[in-house]
Amino acid sequence: MAINQEFIGRTYPPTEIYSVGREKIREFASALGDTSPCYFDVESARALGYPDLIAPPTFAIVFTMQAGGQVIHDPELALDYTRVVHGEQRFVQHRPIFAGDEITSTVSVDSIRTAAGNDMITVKAEVHASNGELVSTVYSLLVSRGVGEAS
Amino acid sequence: MTLVSFSQVHVGWELPAQEFTFTRADLIRYAGASGDFNIIHWNERVAQAVGLPSVIAHGMLTMGTVIRVVTDWLGDPGKVVEYSARFTRPIPVPDTDEGASIKVSAKITGLLENNQAVVTISAIHNEVTVLAKTVATVQLAP
Repeated sequence: MAINQEFIGRTYPPTEIYSVGREKIREFASALGDTSPCYFDVESARALGYPDLIAPPTFAIVFTMQAGGQVIHDPELALDYTRVVHGEQRFVQHRPIFAGDEITSTVSVDSIRTAAGNDMITVKAEVHASNGELVSTVYSLLVSRGVGEAS
Repeated sequence: MTLVSFSQVHVGWELPAQEFTFTRADLIRYAGASGDFNIIHWNERVAQAVGLPSVIAHGMLTMGTVIRVVTDWLGDPGKVVEYSARFTRPIPVPDTDEGASIKVSAKITGLLENNQAVVTISAIHNEVTVLAKTVATVQLAP
């Protein structure tokens, strides 16, 4: 079932605050097998000019994927979330995410299109620090595979 | 640590290639760290029931790993100002000590204003491209 184009621009309430912790950054970097000192050692991060540990470029997925759940589970969009797969991902970093950031994400429907029987919906998350600074903008393309496709 | 200078690079400049390996333990660790507990990344029975050869790596694990070719070269991961990828083929991760490996290379495909460069990344598993349109924009020193 094609998603109604009227949902483009639909915006959801900002999420609860996500507190970016040093240990979470270290855990996430370790899970990527990445030993870059600026993810683990505060002095190394400061030597690069940052106030604290910085998060890896894909770290925002930790809280934006959850925020995007607002779209996937929106009853008015009526997405069949059992058929949703992750098609593309894009991170625009206005600045790195730092340990100590208090983050909120505001999610909106950026675009909707249908191709080969699949609904493709791009979810945009604007990630703000507690002072209102836009830290990153994160785009996730979700593909809802059409019923009746061969595969 | 010496940061890469914009003046020393050109379109076609190749970054040092790397090879990465994913084992089942890596998938479990990434699931925990990222909060993505989708069952197809850790349960062989369910993965096969939905038509996959075995459990598959998280697309975001692959995306988060291959950028290391760029961040290791930069010496400062905070200089990645934009990063995007398309998830084209899954990476099945067998229940072996060796796991699944990906060969990652990258080269500069564009130069922008303000000392920024566009890096295009290639990620190959078993001769197949697993991520397409994998592109990072990086801020270089003048």
